[in-house]
Amino acid sequence: MDENFRREIILDNYGDPMNRGLIEDDSYLKTRTNSESCIDDLNFMMKIEDNTVKDIRFDGEACAISTSATSIMIRSLIGKSVAEVKKILLNYQNMINDKEYDKELLGELNVYDNIQPNRKNCALLPSVAVNKMLDELK
Amino acid sequence: MNREDFPMLKEDIIYFDNGATTLKPKVVIDSMNKYYLKHTSNIHRGDYEAAVKTNELYDDVRRLVGEFINCDGNEVIYTSGATMSLNMVVFGYMKKHLKKGDEVLLNKGEHASNVLPWIKLSEEIGIVIKYVPLNKNYELTLDNIKKCVTKKTKVISLAHVSNVIGDVRDVKKIGKFAHDNKILFNVDGAQSVPHMKVDFKNSYIDFLSFSGHKMCGPTGVGILVGRYDLLKEMEPVFYGGGMNNYFEEDNSYELKNIPTKFEAGTPPIAEVIGLGEAIKYLMSIGMDKIHDYEVELKKYFINKVKDINNIVIYNNNSDSGIISFNIKDIFAQDTAVYLNHYNICVRAGNHCTKLLKDEIGIKNTVRVSMYFYNTYEEIDKLVEVLKNNNDIYKVII
Repeated sequence: MDENFRREIILDNYGDPMNRGLIEDDSYLKTRTNSESCIDDLNFMMKIEDNTVKDIRFDGEACAISTSATSIMIRSLIGKSVAEVKKILLNYQNMINDKEYDKELLGELNVYDNIQPNRKNCALLPSVAVNKMLDELK
Repeated sequence: MNREDFPMLKEDIIYFDNGATTLKPKVVIDSMNKYYLKHTSNIHRGDYEAAVKTNELYDDVRRLVGEFINCDGNEVIYTSGATMSLNMVVFGYMKKHLKKGDEVLLNKGEHASNVLPWIKLSEEIGIVIKYVPLNKNYELTLDNIKKCVTKKTKVISLAHVSNVIGDVRDVKKIGKFAHDNKILFNVDGAQSVPHMKVDFKNSYIDFLSFSGHKMCGPTGVGILVGRYDLLKEMEPVFYGGGMNNYFEEDNSYELKNIPTKFEAGTPPIAEVIGLGEAIKYLMSIGMDKIHDYEVELKKYFINKVKDINNIVIYNNNSDSGIISFNIKDIFAQDTAVYLNHYNICVRAGNHCTKLLKDEIGIKNTVRVSMYFYNTYEEIDKLVEVLKNNNDIYKVII
């Protein structure tokens, strides 16, 4: 991927992320996620209806990578079924962790396919958060 | 100064994260290697040559600590670090001597290890934590402490030098005040003992905690110094080998004397020896010289950086080698990643001082923390990189 294009996508999503700001609504699943290796601290909320992700919102303080990854992740997951979401998250985590993954499933999330080792936890943060909320469904 | 003593400085780095941990001089590393290569043995149990040698070196570090910070050697307890020391004070002494409703004065510039143990103790026995407000420079003053003292105040617990703002608290005056009012004075020396002359006795300190690795020593070792009459009333938090005289089937037991009774199990022997070497090394340079130099470095940085208009410094005035800042509108971690690109090592985050946000209004900062081996040239490089910060995202993404 062209480096300027990659940077542009990340910075656009960092500067003006999708669905920043939480709302009062008890029908949402909620979680707070701190990245393990850095100082990102984001709150997430997700609405699932008819086995489909209807909405994901977030707020908090985080670095350019975490914030942009959250924004792109939200855009990628809304409207998908829980099974599809799980598949995307698994492939995304595999990509970040240098394992085999299906590029076709990830769309814009592919901008993180060459992430530096010390930023991996930042990039993984939204997937950890969504997984945590999905675990609550059980 | 003394850069040639530090093998890590031969790597191509500029190391400004000394508040987190310092680099180690070769003499410290050599002393530990010598223990492992020439006289490995446990302490206080062997009758052979290597064990005698180890015992001598190990025990002598109490005397060195006493000389270094002006206390008696038998008031010195080896721990794993300042965190363990502070926990021993809270759960070994305070838990037994405080009662429900007693007030402990903290402030929001304190490190987690001087807040969370108190929160836990509050949960356990109902002590009340009060946070002394910081002044307009986010510094802690005796005047503000006095305003918070009531008849129920039993403890003042503070960092001698705070780890984000870097203000040097006037422990002599605060200690005298605490002493005169029969309030216990607990001091976290993690950021002061490595950088300046600390006087345990003349500051009326009751308990003093610090870590080896922040003062040229190894990780895994620290010190708790306690006033001897208070140590007599303190209970061990850990029980096991090395700290007892006997124990019997009927549950009777007798513990050893102070300080051994607080050191259950095999201690970090190599690390204690290494810490002793670090103390000798620091004393040979001179603590006043170290402190003065670090303050000069800080002033030099602040003077140079003031022309960069999007740098916000939160602690211009404090009298230490700690500088906390942000590039405006840039997340602290992104700045740290940017500086890393130029091999400049700094720390970004809340620095375990998670309540300070209530005072300074932001959660995260970039922290540059100096030591005596830093140079004016290194600061020049840092300032130059900060000047070019409009390139930051090109560099980090």
